[in-house]
Amino acid sequence: MRTIPQYAKLALMITAFAVMIVASVEAYQATAIPTARLINPDDLVKLLQSSGKEKPLMIQVGSRVLFAQAHIPGSEYIGPASSEAGLQQLRKRVEPLPRTKFIVLYCGCCPWTHCPNVKPADDALRALGFTNVKVLYISDNFGTNWVDKGYPVAKGE
Amino acid sequence: MKEKLFIAALILAAVAGFYVFTHSHSHSGIAAVKDHPLAPDFTLPQLDGQQLRLSSYRGKVVLLDFWATWCVPCREETPHFVELQQKYADHGLQIIGVSMDDGPEPVRSFYQQFHMNYPVAMGNAKTGELYGGVLGLPIAFLIGRDGRIAAKYTGATGAAVFEKAISRLLQTQ
Repeated sequence: MRTIPQYAKLALMITAFAVMIVASVEAYQATAIPTARLINPDDLVKLLQSSGKEKPLMIQVGSRVLFAQAHIPGSEYIGPASSEAGLQQLRKRVEPLPRTKFIVLYCGCCPWTHCPNVKPADDALRALGFTNVKVLYISDNFGTNWVDKGYPVAKGE
Repeated sequence: MKEKLFIAALILAAVAGFYVFTHSHSHSGIAAVKDHPLAPDFTLPQLDGQQLRLSSYRGKVVLLDFWATWCVPCREETPHFVELQQKYADHGLQIIGVSMDDGPEPVRSFYQQFHMNYPVAMGNAKTGELYGGVLGLPIAFLIGRDGRIAAKYTGATGAAVFEKAISRLLQTQ
């Protein structure tokens, strides 16, 4: 039986280590949310404009200043879910709701690959047992992917 | 031994390259601002309680950066801004941070942690709207000595891009 050369072992170990680092960083990012749990802006707009369908509770988990400038009409501001204070606010808001409640989380503060808020929020709701949660996929930011598209917008807090 | 080190370096470079490519590629946008409008003036409270008025920096090249402490690309840009401020302060550069955080507490900690050497004011929705809506972070505006907006940078932007534009603008009177 052939033995694995020393340098190959070393290469494998380094690769595994590097992949672990990348994976651990990814675990906190929006990119780690499975595609099946995402909803596109276009689909959300259609849902909101349709009659007869259950309308979701929409929660913004980003910045208050950004929310005050523009947000989805009817959505609620909670605070950045990357902070413990934001997560506590989120848990407090949803605690009395049935676990089957349709909830849409969104942020749009940063490009999707950098958003620090939606993944912790999604994780928190899953941990509380919510089974009908979607995360709004905003690839660049709320301005580009929602406001500039002409989708409905409200201002103020 | 050299062969092992070479392979190790190659793998690390490949993983790092893949990570950087998938996380920062195609998310920045630079827009030359047509007609170079005057940068809207504002007065905002700084972290030390003093008021910051943008127009008081007329005569300097200003890099106005809208950011937040929890914004990952903003955090990545901050050390570069600290370096640029240090390097070009004597040439007339003034970087100004406008934090879009909900309150000043995390900003104060961040300011200390990153040894920030330029003023940071607490932003609000009105200021964001003055600049066409700050609906994603970071967003930066490069303003000439005449107070006119030269360029707008949306999303994570490389330090070299900023430095090139700043040094060019600093040469104008």
